[in-house]
Amino acid sequence: MSASTALELADVRKSFGKTAIIRGVNLSIPRGERHAIIGPNGAGKSTLFNLVSGRFGLSSGAIHLKGEDVTGLKPFEINRKGLSRSFQITNIFHNLTVFENIRCAVLWPLGYKYSFWHTLSKLKDARERADEIIELIGMKSRRDLKAALLTYAEQRALEIGITIAGGADVILLDEPTAGMSRSESDHAVDLIRKVTVGKTLVMVEHDMSVVFGLADRISVLVYGEVIATDTPRNIRANQAVQEAYLGTSVSRGHGEGDSEGDGDA
Amino acid sequence: MAAIRFQPINLARWIIWGGFALLLIIMPHLFHQGFALTLLCQIGTIMIFSLSFNMLLGQAGMLSFGHAVYSGLGAYIAIHTLNLIGKNGLPFPVTLLPLVGGVAGAFFGVLFGYVTTKKSGTPFAMITLGIGELVAAMALMFPDFFGGEGGISTNRVAGKPLLGVITYGPQIQVYYLVAAWLFLCTAAMYAYTQTPLGRIANAVRDNPERAEFIGYETQRVRYLVLILSGFFAGVSGGLASINFEIVSAENVSAIRSGTVLLFTFIGGVGFFFGPMIGAVLFGLFIVVLATITNAWLFYLGLFFVLMVMYCPGGIAGLIMMQMPLLRARRLKEMLPSYGIALAAGLVLLAALIPAVEMLYYHSLESASGGPEMKFLGTQLNVLSAPPWIGVAVLAVAGFALLAVARRKVRAQWDKVMGEIASGGLS
Repeated sequence: MSASTALELADVRKSFGKTAIIRGVNLSIPRGERHAIIGPNGAGKSTLFNLVSGRFGLSSGAIHLKGEDVTGLKPFEINRKGLSRSFQITNIFHNLTVFENIRCAVLWPLGYKYSFWHTLSKLKDARERADEIIELIGMKSRRDLKAALLTYAEQRALEIGITIAGGADVILLDEPTAGMSRSESDHAVDLIRKVTVGKTLVMVEHDMSVVFGLADRISVLVYGEVIATDTPRNIRANQAVQEAYLGTSVSRGHGEGDSEGDGDA
Repeated sequence: MAAIRFQPINLARWIIWGGFALLLIIMPHLFHQGFALTLLCQIGTIMIFSLSFNMLLGQAGMLSFGHAVYSGLGAYIAIHTLNLIGKNGLPFPVTLLPLVGGVAGAFFGVLFGYVTTKKSGTPFAMITLGIGELVAAMALMFPDFFGGEGGISTNRVAGKPLLGVITYGPQIQVYYLVAAWLFLCTAAMYAYTQTPLGRIANAVRDNPERAEFIGYETQRVRYLVLILSGFFAGVSGGLASINFEIVSAENVSAIRSGTVLLFTFIGGVGFFFGPMIGAVLFGLFIVVLATITNAWLFYLGLFFVLMVMYCPGGIAGLIMMQMPLLRARRLKEMLPSYGIALAAGLVLLAALIPAVEMLYYHSLESASGGPEMKFLGTQLNVLSAPPWIGVAVLAVAGFALLAVARRKVRAQWDKVMGEIASGGLS
């Protein structure tokens, strides 16, 4: 569990009732890596994110964040330790402006906590940090608009903005380009690349062009297990991955394909 | 529910707060009969109470059915303190008595809030209802502290007079005490909305889950907000105990909790000043209308239902809807259609009021007084056809006019707003 590892999952399992959703995931993501998790629908990608971010408790196993055991901690505790996540379904503060959304996300890390003795408008650092983020996600012209009034793509960008605003160095993005048009998605990829410089990024994504464009390494999750973790080039060539996941779209004849996984697809 | 982010430039801020202070100062000179003065005092205390309630409902999304617990217990502690000052010579100024109520309110916020704020949403609402019933039941079980059915009474003229002259005997002195506390509390509660906790409370209201993922423990946020809200509720309780010189089980009752919910909502939960409008309406309904007609609760219920259905932003929401028009200096283009709507409303009221009054008269008083009812200086026979035909005609006319008004208002609104929007873009 070296401190150079950003995120380490050791035999993580999760069952809902009798249904095992995550069935022993081992994953080690070094600092500064851009890591993508792919897999067919129902493979447990979002569940895995929910386990790592503390939204759900584990059934068994352990999760270490930057060398520190965070198993069983609550979302806000994990967040305070430097992990931040976005959501597949846009999860923003709808009745607050874009600026307020971002400023809320910087308050805790700047140490204002539950203060009711500071006046927000006088908190120069919070304002400047929020404006920096707004500039970064390219929403300056939308700064004072209510979040509920933004377009879908803008809300997704705000979602990413909220996620990175706190300065966490491990960022989890859950399908950041879901539901976007091609050009919106290209824009989002640029944005993600820009805002995760020097950070560790773990993302779930369905769009293969986004995955292969962004990721340093890819893990393939199939039925609650990681069947392969490798560079994009090797993943593309991996027979088991093609069988299990990419099969429909990438590989053609798979006569002698012999899955190295447990093959319970 | 918009965020409370109205941040005027300093000049505007001075005008607003200065105007508020001035209004508080001159009110008793505009309404100087004894009855009006008592009413103003009551409105002032309710204003603090409903503002504190909106710290929960409008700002943090916490629907409480037991907020009277904090104002009521604050009032009890305050009145016992007042009795200690009066009878035992406790050296504490009556001027600061609302602070005692506030500290008591905050204390019970710490105590009960620990339980209630463990949950949010519907479970929170239910637990507050339970705690409210619990305290109301206790009020009758421990007569030593709560005074049983009769409550605890006091004499507010106690201790040393402030500056040697202010004894709080005359109602006008109580009014200025209420006004001063109202101004302070309003300023403090507004300032709170501009703090990190105040803003995070909005975030928790909008999306508690996301708030957890930006580092905030939502339960802690709810707990702190409830304690602060309990403080201001307690201040209003302390003022009420001075104003009425009696505190009874009614002060902690579910009725009181329901009333503050009702009027805060009618005033408008989405804006800071909404509950203040609600408090004024409270005065008009509960105190004025109740002395005029037996049917006041019926009118209140009807008004509340109509507000919830057609105007969920409350009166404040209606006012703020006009702001874009006002800013574009185009409000006057809406006035003709608003005029028709107003006329429709008045005609419908003209149908509703006699109908309701006749029904109430028939079921409550006609046995002793016969079928002839005095109404606005005329005699109406509630068992004869003509008044009912009149009501029916007015109702039909009113609804017809209302249909016209709705169409006109909508068409004109869309036209003007559309022009403002396209003008704003070019």
